[in-house]
Amino acid sequence: MGTGLFGKNSGGIKVPHRKMSDKKMIEGASLPKVVTVPMGQHLGAPAKPLVKKGDVVKTGQLIAEPGGFISANIHAPISGTVKKLVIMLNVVTSKPMEAIVIESDGRDEWSLMPKMDDWRSRPKEEVLQRIKGAGIVGLGGATFPTHVKLSPPPGKKIDTIIINGCECEPYITSDHRVMMEYGEKVIKAIPILQWLLDCNNVFFAIEKNKPDAIQHITDLIAKHGVKGVRVASMKTKYPMGAEKTLTKSLLGREVPMGSLPLDVGVVVQNVSTVIAIHDAIYDGKALVERVVTVTGNVKVPKNLMARFGTPAVELVESCGGVVGDADEIIFGGPMMGISQPNLNSPTTKGTNCILVKKAPDVEERDCFRCSSCIDACPMNLMPTMYVLLAKKSRWEDCETLYYVNNCVECGSCAYVCPAKIPLVQYIKTAKLEYRKLGVKK
Amino acid sequence: MNATDDSQQPEKRLFRVMSGPHLRSPRSIDKAMFMVILMLMLPAIGAIYYFGIYVLFIILTAILSAVITEYVAKRLRKRKFYFDGSAVLTGLLLAMVLPPRVPLWMVVIGAAFSIAIVKEAFGGLGHNIFNPALAGRAFLTVSFTGLMTRWVLPITTGNDAVAGASPLSGSFVWEGPTQELYRALLFGNVGGSLGETSALLILIGGLILLIIGIINWRIPVFYIGTVFLFTWLLPGQDPVFHILAGGLFLGAFFMATDYVTVPLTNTGKMIFAASCGFLTVAIRVYGGMPEGVAFSILIMNGFTPLIDRYTVPKPLGYMKPKPKEKEKKSKDAPEKGDTA
Repeated sequence: MGTGLFGKNSGGIKVPHRKMSDKKMIEGASLPKVVTVPMGQHLGAPAKPLVKKGDVVKTGQLIAEPGGFISANIHAPISGTVKKLVIMLNVVTSKPMEAIVIESDGRDEWSLMPKMDDWRSRPKEEVLQRIKGAGIVGLGGATFPTHVKLSPPPGKKIDTIIINGCECEPYITSDHRVMMEYGEKVIKAIPILQWLLDCNNVFFAIEKNKPDAIQHITDLIAKHGVKGVRVASMKTKYPMGAEKTLTKSLLGREVPMGSLPLDVGVVVQNVSTVIAIHDAIYDGKALVERVVTVTGNVKVPKNLMARFGTPAVELVESCGGVVGDADEIIFGGPMMGISQPNLNSPTTKGTNCILVKKAPDVEERDCFRCSSCIDACPMNLMPTMYVLLAKKSRWEDCETLYYVNNCVECGSCAYVCPAKIPLVQYIKTAKLEYRKLGVKK
Repeated sequence: MNATDDSQQPEKRLFRVMSGPHLRSPRSIDKAMFMVILMLMLPAIGAIYYFGIYVLFIILTAILSAVITEYVAKRLRKRKFYFDGSAVLTGLLLAMVLPPRVPLWMVVIGAAFSIAIVKEAFGGLGHNIFNPALAGRAFLTVSFTGLMTRWVLPITTGNDAVAGASPLSGSFVWEGPTQELYRALLFGNVGGSLGETSALLILIGGLILLIIGIINWRIPVFYIGTVFLFTWLLPGQDPVFHILAGGLFLGAFFMATDYVTVPLTNTGKMIFAASCGFLTVAIRVYGGMPEGVAFSILIMNGFTPLIDRYTVPKPLGYMKPKPKEKEKKSKDAPEKGDTA
């Protein structure tokens, strides 16, 4: 299928918005009685627990340290007693990992770090250490440790910072509400990024389907007189919020295969991440909570400020519970989110949304080569080829001929596919099998 | 898959676990097929108007034979039969490339060949190499050449079933101003296959398919464009006549745009369409047959896997793999020269 005479053919797709909660003020979720804090809440190695059964912890106290270079600190989301350490499956990767179960004492006593209002007069290393110490990771969903992103290797000059407020996935409104209600914090934290990266040039990217946020942020920039920051209203297209797509659309720069935006002088930070940086520097707060959009088949869709480790059931219940014939619980958006087997799954740093919905009832048919997936792919790949090659177990060809590792798994191809082929599933398998080949060699 | 627990223990409910995306577009194979069939109705109704009610029987026979053949073939292959419209479309397309007075038994044979041999024997929808309708017509042409080239003039010209040459054949003579000829070709008041007559009706249907995004504009534009350009460059050829006459519009909008048998990428589609245009003119002007659309598309269908292989797009941020290896090669080159 072509894209029609009037549709520009440069990848990306139109998806329904379904932002049911974009006018709902952020509410504080009631404190959970028990939290299950997974050690794998970020990209990279799982964290190592520093506490044992019976330890008394305060909110914001460090309970796990990084398990590698790409890893992050984890802090107690509530005050109370460590009940046990358990093994559970990672909500995103489904690999077994440790988790710390903390029973609340109901007091929510905080352990704060000293404030750093005077960050400008401190060494950069100290400020970076604070961001690392607060356990901050990319809150847009990818959960890449933020301090790594903010310390470009020597010789790499950053000339553009992009604040990512695109939020291109349907249903999710957490970043939108954060911009509307905590916009000042973002604006206050931008100078920290400018100073850290030695780069004054900042774009605040927001998709055009959020005109109120575009207006609000434009006003705030003028009000606070932050220099070098411009609002960029982006075309509403999925996956605009993906780093590489955003860098290409905004600056026309292509991030080289297997590299990060860093390599073309760009650092992209999600708005919620910037809030976390603000809280860590100005308030001395470690990252223990985030805004979670609870939406879809719930009675009242809401944006909830929830502590990490809160079981999904508590958040869903505070929205009036599951309604209708929903049979799927998704952490994240409908395009890239991960479905959960039950409502016990605890929220993590990357959980920007809990979506309750009826799973699409589709039957996979044979590909009839309409090339819709090729037109939709934002990375300019040929998704249908992976299905063909996977059926013949030709894993090596997936990469050497068709570059499967460049896929960002945005799901655009599977969304548009008229034969309802679960292309992302084939692609994940192909990547995994290709990696195994490398291990064998 | 909801477990039916009582509501007091909601956390024990089980939910479906599936790979994303958890949202799918409303598009489907059936809908795409239906739209193409709908747009083909225009020239089909036109053909009934020009050549009489017998044409309706040709169309119905072709569709029915195609669907029944597909059903039987699926049963024999122990595969699930989907009424996805692809067999209906193949039948309809086959009818459109048959002469207006073709015997119905030939229609049955043609449709059965298209579906059973060209499509199902290769694995069904999505796996066939050649366009089933065109291959069916080619099969009938070589098997029953006489009956397949028996053209009649449209009844709207005032002649009922009077033999008359199709415009591209050597015996075709037009007496009158060229403008009148163009008008006849555009509206379909000429001899030819059912779908070869009215360029205008095909154009309308084709443009609608372009606009709603069912077919890719590159194919008709490059196909028709190449035919126009090539005949314009050749001495003694009339480019306007060449694009309006014969099955070019039907081929460019409905045959060369068949998803299954044409290249996947945009670059591939342009190469495919331009080659079709080139071959069409070559066959028409230098070949032994009056019309070249069907065979040019069939020939290019055979090249589709090759074109696909060589038009893989470069991914975003593409970098040449291992420049070191390339350096080695350039170092190797003079060495080889030395030994030789």
